[in-house]
Amino acid sequence: MEVTLSDDQEFFRETTLRFLTDKSEPDSLRSLQADAHGFDREYWRQGAELGWTSLLISEDHGGGSISGSGVVDMSIVADAFGRHAASGPLISTNVVAAAIDKTGSEAQVADNLDGFISGERIGAWCLSEPAPNDGLGAVTSSALTATADDGNYRLSGVKGPVEAGAQADVLLIVGNTDGAPTQFLVDPTTDGVTIRPLESVDMSRRFAAIEFDDVVVGSDAVLGEVGGARGAIERQLHIACMMQVAEMVGAAERVFDMTVEWAFDRYSFGRPLASYQELKHRFADMKMWLEASHALGTALASELGADSPSTAETASVAKAYCGHYLGELMQDCVQMHGGIGLTSEHDLHLYFRRVAANRATYGTAADHRRRIAAGRLEPGTESEMAA
Amino acid sequence: MSEVESVESFAERSRLWLADSMPRVDPDAYIHGLGSDEAELAFVDRQRQLQRVLFDGGFAGICFPAEYGGQGLSAAHQNVFNIECVGYQMPALINVPTFVPCGAVLLEFGTEEQKQKHIPSMLKGEKLWMQFLSEPSGGSDVAGALTTAVRDGEEWLLNGSKVWTTGAWWSDMGLCLVRTNWDVPKHRGLSVFIIDIADPNIDVQRIEMLNGSREFCQEFLTDVRVPDSDRVGEVDDGWTVGRRWMFHERNAMGGGSPLVSGPGVGHGGAGSGVDPSLVITEAMGRTDDPVALDLIGESLMLRRAATELTKRVGEGMASGAVSDTSAAITRLMNGVVMARNWTIHAELAGSAAVAWESEGPLDGVGVNYLMRQSNSIAGGTVEMARNNISERVLGMPRERTLDKDVAFRDVPKGPPASR
Repeated sequence: MEVTLSDDQEFFRETTLRFLTDKSEPDSLRSLQADAHGFDREYWRQGAELGWTSLLISEDHGGGSISGSGVVDMSIVADAFGRHAASGPLISTNVVAAAIDKTGSEAQVADNLDGFISGERIGAWCLSEPAPNDGLGAVTSSALTATADDGNYRLSGVKGPVEAGAQADVLLIVGNTDGAPTQFLVDPTTDGVTIRPLESVDMSRRFAAIEFDDVVVGSDAVLGEVGGARGAIERQLHIACMMQVAEMVGAAERVFDMTVEWAFDRYSFGRPLASYQELKHRFADMKMWLEASHALGTALASELGADSPSTAETASVAKAYCGHYLGELMQDCVQMHGGIGLTSEHDLHLYFRRVAANRATYGTAADHRRRIAAGRLEPGTESEMAA
Repeated sequence: MSEVESVESFAERSRLWLADSMPRVDPDAYIHGLGSDEAELAFVDRQRQLQRVLFDGGFAGICFPAEYGGQGLSAAHQNVFNIECVGYQMPALINVPTFVPCGAVLLEFGTEEQKQKHIPSMLKGEKLWMQFLSEPSGGSDVAGALTTAVRDGEEWLLNGSKVWTTGAWWSDMGLCLVRTNWDVPKHRGLSVFIIDIADPNIDVQRIEMLNGSREFCQEFLTDVRVPDSDRVGEVDDGWTVGRRWMFHERNAMGGGSPLVSGPGVGHGGAGSGVDPSLVITEAMGRTDDPVALDLIGESLMLRRAATELTKRVGEGMASGAVSDTSAAITRLMNGVVMARNWTIHAELAGSAAVAWESEGPLDGVGVNYLMRQSNSIAGGTVEMARNNISERVLGMPRERTLDKDVAFRDVPKGPPASR
């Protein structure tokens, strides 16, 4: 249920859902599983025309929102994406777009944003790093070193998993400059960059590991200030969490509705599953998890859109709650279906995959629980504590 | 009729008035239900005084109609007041159950005379109300009430027993669900009456809970005479009243009722202040322990999730996007969240939840753990909430019962309850 959308937002939501119902139905999703890139560029350009990539870009840079809050509008798109397990680099491109919009130089804006808005250009945010420096540790303690060298920077280290890493036209890299974080915009074809596609649970979302072997970039590659990217990285993480949560809620609601219907239609011992109290009570718990997740997603989008100081905690609360409970909801829905729920033939896994992909990227539930605690015990140190 | 004051203006006016008129929260204040009878009575008296201050200041019953002494404002006004009054002493005890569900039920089903007579005295803090709903024979099956009213001219004679009435020993009035007809199916033979607890034929006994609290009572009604003018709703149609009564109760338990006023309303059980999980962790010197951090994060996460869920369901019910039965979702959430959080507190406290210094931050953690299920039971069990969600929100088949379409006197019953 949607409680608080305006008429414009409702229209936008319906347009997005109609487009995805047509373009992202189960058969086409299945055909994408074998596709190396996981999405079709022409489809992405059409989506961009609907506004998928312009909502987090300011009007000055050619973007704009439907409702006045691009963040809330973006949560509507992400919810629709989850509901359809839609393909395309939605989170990665929008996070990079928002980052460049916020602190990009004139040249960086000109080189990238028009291309993002038209759907020609794809971005990938290189935050996470392989173990032992994985998860959110890279926020401040990145093992990817960026060493100043005569006006240039030399990047060395490994990033991954990077969403759309092998599809992106530009990489936004979080690096460590003398113990402080700096972000760089790098062309993936630069010498010394090696991109290795990874296997993934998602049908259409692709991840890669990216190795930087003494990659030389000019100082014009720095996004924002050298050593001063912590605030920007935090904000980008909040955007990513907001979108992940909205996608998970959309996907979970789709599967929950599907499973409720199944419980009415499926009979055993002469009764529908929906008549067994043990199962009814589990449906009640799932409904509670779903509504609480939806409520947290709404709160997060609204706080992020308003730049509220409590956004950091709310982002972690929403990600921790949805990451844990929507994962459980999906597993319970599989259980309610029985064996058929584990087959390729059934549609359930299409959406389950999206929840599985989102729950453990950009921080696991446990990572985010620790961030919540750290933020309360020593305000302002969330990112260090997560290392 | 004058124009309704804007929410912003009301918030501003509330802020100024509160700063001027209400005492700040005292961290060492007496905790309701856990002291001597004298301390408890003084506390109740204090609650009445606080309510009177609110009434005289024009801030009592924000969402109650003006003709009965309320302010006649919207839920949005109540919400900003709930935020503004954080940090001030507020008469929480009077809000539930006097305003909700008792006042809410009178507003919905009471006669004009009943509303004129009772609502203003509630809002002034003069009369405190209790619910005479549960019986020793069964908690969740409220419609299976055995307490009986028999008509005697213009009066009724009530006999039976009610239980789990919080603080009936210091309360004034009660709303009482009784059986008026044993020859029809159980839901069709109930009626609701207003009773005066001071009636000498009502014997109020105290119940001691395992944490030492003696707030709950059991009452024995022996030939209690009630005038027919104190009947709420139609004869034998008490279940129509009872269903809404329990909706209001669930809604108050879930923090979603706009007739309830005060800080922490809709905040998942706890009000302002540092979260207990942080206090306990610091007292135990575990702030560097990753396991403790994980538990703190979980605890804060659950509280926030309950708060946001309450907000969402409340807005949905107010706008009509979802039916009132969705209050069961918040009720379930608050039950399971409190149970988990009191477990987390005990986990963080370790052996200090078994044995502790009598005064200090760890006091009560272990006993709270023993009382963990209280919020999963009181106000309708979480199992009933799960039934309601699956049956009324999701439309799943009702549980089969053996008490439908049969005269209540023929419904199978267990042996009489000892209590």
